[in-house]
Amino acid sequence: MSDPTPEVLWDLHHRMVRIRLFEENTGRLSEQAKLPGFLHLYVGEEAVAAGVCANLTDDDQITSTHRGHGHLVAKGGDFKRMFAELYGKATGYNKGKGGSMHICDLDLGMLGANGIVGAGSPIAVGAGFANKYLGNGQVSVPFFGDGATNIGAFHEAANMAAALKLPVVFICENNEYGEFTPRHKTMAVTDVASRAEGYGMPGVIIDGMDAVAVWEVASEAIARARRGDGPTFVEAKTYRYYDHHGVKGLGVTYREDSEVEEAKTRDPIGRIEERMIEAGVASAEDLEGVHAKVQAEIDEAIAFAEESPYPDPDQILQDVYTVRAAG
Amino acid sequence: MTATESDTRQLTYVQAWSEAIAECMRDDPNVFVAGEDVGGYGGVFGSFKGLQAEFGEQRVVDTPISEQAIIGLGIGAAVSGLRPIVDIMFMDFTAVAMDQIVNQAAKLKYMFGGKAVIPLTITTFGGAGLGAAAQHSQSLEAWICHVPGLKVVQPSNPHDVKGLLISAIRDDNPTYVVGNKLMLGATGHVPDEMYEIPLGVANIVRPGDDVTIVATGRMVVEAVEAATKLAEDGIECEVIDPRTLQPLDTDTIVESAKRTNRVVVAHEAVRFGGIGAEMAAQIQEEAFDYLDAPVQRVGAPFSPVPFSPALEQHYVPSRKTIAQGVRDVLARNLPGA
Repeated sequence: MSDPTPEVLWDLHHRMVRIRLFEENTGRLSEQAKLPGFLHLYVGEEAVAAGVCANLTDDDQITSTHRGHGHLVAKGGDFKRMFAELYGKATGYNKGKGGSMHICDLDLGMLGANGIVGAGSPIAVGAGFANKYLGNGQVSVPFFGDGATNIGAFHEAANMAAALKLPVVFICENNEYGEFTPRHKTMAVTDVASRAEGYGMPGVIIDGMDAVAVWEVASEAIARARRGDGPTFVEAKTYRYYDHHGVKGLGVTYREDSEVEEAKTRDPIGRIEERMIEAGVASAEDLEGVHAKVQAEIDEAIAFAEESPYPDPDQILQDVYTVRAAG
Repeated sequence: MTATESDTRQLTYVQAWSEAIAECMRDDPNVFVAGEDVGGYGGVFGSFKGLQAEFGEQRVVDTPISEQAIIGLGIGAAVSGLRPIVDIMFMDFTAVAMDQIVNQAAKLKYMFGGKAVIPLTITTFGGAGLGAAAQHSQSLEAWICHVPGLKVVQPSNPHDVKGLLISAIRDDNPTYVVGNKLMLGATGHVPDEMYEIPLGVANIVRPGDDVTIVATGRMVVEAVEAATKLAEDGIECEVIDPRTLQPLDTDTIVESAKRTNRVVVAHEAVRFGGIGAEMAAQIQEEAFDYLDAPVQRVGAPFSPVPFSPALEQHYVPSRKTIAQGVRDVLARNLPGA
């Protein structure tokens, strides 16, 4: 695989900065008690969503997890509608009926974050079935964590995708923790990707803190799926800076601060920025400019969300069923 | 076929089932079937017989024994523009797929702010009476009725099988269609053409003025038999088949209750928490002043379905227990009434 072009580097960088700043601002708003409900933030894992989604069109479908904001941002999600949803406002992506754990944009092929661990993969396999059935050349990509590979739904979905040879690329975000329990206590294999062999699909391990590495491998796996050669399992080894939910992350009982600090030395945004500067693609000022521009967009989006109205109570009974159009 | 033949044509319950699906597949190229043994074998009950031969392996898909992934396949394909029919072989296996049915299929539309359209049909067969024991005989429809976002259909004869299935397949919501294993060979008139029976509209199977029997699934047949027997004693029962349990045609049931003043609800499921309990509650909310006796519930006792025929025959509600229910409701009178 040839080196990524400057355009690819800029693209990956932009997607990651958008995710990072979205999540950092969300964490801040959460600590200010401005956002209702549970928030599972993606800080540290940006390279995975960015590297994969840079290879997808708006028509390609993804399914996401409880930690789903990053996937929607990477797929091109609109900050205003995202923040409005997190605030529970009528102008949100889900009209305030879904919140963080169900945020979606079907027009971008983002079939929803999901509050049930492992539940997205069977749905992504269904989207992959439709793509093959319709012969539209699209692929579907379920994102899921290391913990999700321990639940039956994932196993069924992986086996079915392989048995039916569907255009699906499984992206496992191995952040080493299932909620607050380290991975080695919940599975006896070291590499989650070793499970792929049992489904009869290729399993690839990548550095999930390196957006370029993710982009390269995802590109190959997605091209393979589009060709009709079946599914691939990609394990991206990554790390979550914050806690399972909320922000804290440091000074906790279930992991050492030193582990977090070590992961941060491999920060995906820091790494790509170094690479871009070394390659002469960007100056430090250019990159700082991206951060500033994205933060300005976020400030505007938060203001939009705060000024937006809450849904009317009569919305409770709307959208439970689809009513067939007359005639 | 002449008009006369079409007017009298007889099909079995299971023939009507596969015919409805075949006609929908001819009508709409986005309709497909997936499930365990639905293809080469034609379904373990014969409800998909001949479909793979006509429509090919791409549209009639034999899946792994993976109920969660089968439902997920349907959800993902539905939200991506297809109109899937996915099969859960025995109703009991619904339990294996509950997350995908309850937390995913039922809720995506609502959670997504109304945007998702899930034209998904889930087919399955329930009911006892075959000595199939506790994991292959249940009637679990009340579970599904309890979840907003799902529809539940329970046909009681070949004619309704075809019309309700066509409506379910054409419906843009996740719809759970429950057939009955003991009724597979039941015959009845089934028109040749495609027709829909609207979901949420009850059928008054037999008119009567003395007692209303609201029965579901195979219990409709048992209720009609009970009514015929009771008529010999001068007791005229009105038998109502809701046909769709979610949405439930409460209006038709309440209107009848107001006329007859006495109601028996009958289903194969256990009485406790069954759909009959919901019906009884709604009747009492809407027609309390008209009732001469409490609504009587007929259902299975609160145990798993037993295996031995010696036990099972006493377990499954029947024309006999329904008739007893009618006599009980007639024996209860308000003081001074």
